[in-house]
Amino acid sequence: MFHLLLGALAFTMLYPILWLLASSFKNNAEIFGNASSLIPDQWEFTNYIEGWKGFGGISFGRFFANTFFIVITSTIAQVLSSSVVAFGFSRIKFVGRKIFFACMILTLMLPNQVLIIPQYILFSKLGWLNTYAPLILPSFFGVPFFIFMIIQFIYGIPKSLDESAKIDGCGKIQIFGRIIFPLLKPALITSAIFSFYWKWQEFLAPLLYLQNAKKYPVSLALKMFADPNSVSNWGAMFAMSVLSLVPPFALFIIFQRYLVDGISTTGIK
Amino acid sequence: MIKKNKGKVKDIDNKMGYLFIAPWLIGFIVFTLVPFVASFFLSLSQYDIVSSPVWIGLDNYKNILFNDPRFIKSLAVTFKFVLISVPARLAFALFIAMLLTQKRKGIGFYRTVLYIPSIIGGSVAVAVMWRQLFGREGALNDILMSLGLMEEPFSWIASPNTALGTLIILAVWQFGSPMLIFLAGLKQIPKTLYEAAAIDGANSFRRFFHISIPALTPVIFFNFIMQTINGFMTFTQSYIITDGGPFDSTLLYALYLFQQAFSYFSMGYGSALAWILLIIIAILTSLVFKSSSYWVFYESKED
Repeated sequence: MFHLLLGALAFTMLYPILWLLASSFKNNAEIFGNASSLIPDQWEFTNYIEGWKGFGGISFGRFFANTFFIVITSTIAQVLSSSVVAFGFSRIKFVGRKIFFACMILTLMLPNQVLIIPQYILFSKLGWLNTYAPLILPSFFGVPFFIFMIIQFIYGIPKSLDESAKIDGCGKIQIFGRIIFPLLKPALITSAIFSFYWKWQEFLAPLLYLQNAKKYPVSLALKMFADPNSVSNWGAMFAMSVLSLVPPFALFIIFQRYLVDGISTTGIK
Repeated sequence: MIKKNKGKVKDIDNKMGYLFIAPWLIGFIVFTLVPFVASFFLSLSQYDIVSSPVWIGLDNYKNILFNDPRFIKSLAVTFKFVLISVPARLAFALFIAMLLTQKRKGIGFYRTVLYIPSIIGGSVAVAVMWRQLFGREGALNDILMSLGLMEEPFSWIASPNTALGTLIILAVWQFGSPMLIFLAGLKQIPKTLYEAAAIDGANSFRRFFHISIPALTPVIFFNFIMQTINGFMTFTQSYIITDGGPFDSTLLYALYLFQQAFSYFSMGYGSALAWILLIIIAILTSLVFKSSSYWVFYESKED
């Protein structure tokens, strides 16, 4: 009974994803004629080849390369900068620390919409439209959410470690680099995974800042590819949709332990 | 969280402190504080990014509040979306979390599977898929017709009566994150409480409402605040699946703001819309915080 209920529930939840996968192997006639079936009558592998060709002479290989470049650069930048800032807030006493910490927490509650317009104006005045700078550069300045998460983690590290390092003659920079940073591994991995997800899915920022299709990440390319007015090859579109989900899905399978623990202790999204 | 500074702060610590938080501090000033202030001044002006801003005082706000039927519409749509999707998502998340606390074989598998929609839910691929599932030739019609529940295909996303519903279902489908937080919360409840209640003859229904729910109120509170703020900012799904249509029936506030600012290039008007959103969220959040003393129970407060 228990397994029946949960099994049915799990199947219902997964059905849309399985459906997408099945549709990526169907030909156009079957996508509409046999819409709900999860097993194609005829397996159509050409969808993937056709889809990969992309549009406007730009292949999905290019879009994936663009996305990986944006996502990997900003993930590394976000995690490193956030851990540096977290150390500053949690292990060093300085004047104004409380006020700045409060400012940081408040930004967590601030709706993004308030900042989008002035940020857009700023980046366009700087001449950064149609470059990756607006997508990547802010990552080097820490992400309040990750800073907060890493701070919580640092509180769990005994202060005696810092003190004994201090006696051995380490300054704050060495304490961070040699003692604390290596111990942060679980927190850094959790942050990196979430950073990867958010950056991979990011849609609004590329939509605002990128004009040249050659620079598009997968999310934006997929939206163009799936434009209801122009799409004719549905199978190819579903095939590319499936491919776009593979990296986050693979990451989930590899790191699910960290992720599930990370989210239940911090509660994101 | 941060302990009180005791005594004098050493000069070297001051310097090191600022050195370490410098990345955030600079980013905060450049990407948050300055835009925040600029946004307020923009909201008092007319600005199309090409010509310079023209100061018009409160005119944007007056126009929004009194002459803009699409503002009213988008606000109504957003409230409807948040009021239905957030409680539904939380209730569903709690229900599943309760199921998953039982110690049975395969729980880890179910937990993983049920979390998958949330991992990929925000992506464009899922939005595209949703558009297709609920379209005229989509799988939903196919299933309903083969079950004999429906006679003619119907486009769920093209009818003003059902389009918002599909977006709400998508939001509820991504229940994984609040579910995990509920799971963590449920694990914290001491088993002895349930055992004692069972001895006193409380059935599982009573145990749920008298032990689980009160013990979970801090978690419910946290989830509620986060999900509500998120709900007000939902953009990608409505942009891709319905683009606000049909007849603005899915015109979520974030989408309307985007249209004003980046389709019509009314940057001042868009900024005013953003400030109204900020005020609405601030009022709602503080109301929930105020109400929390009546319904959120923290252990330390109980004795």
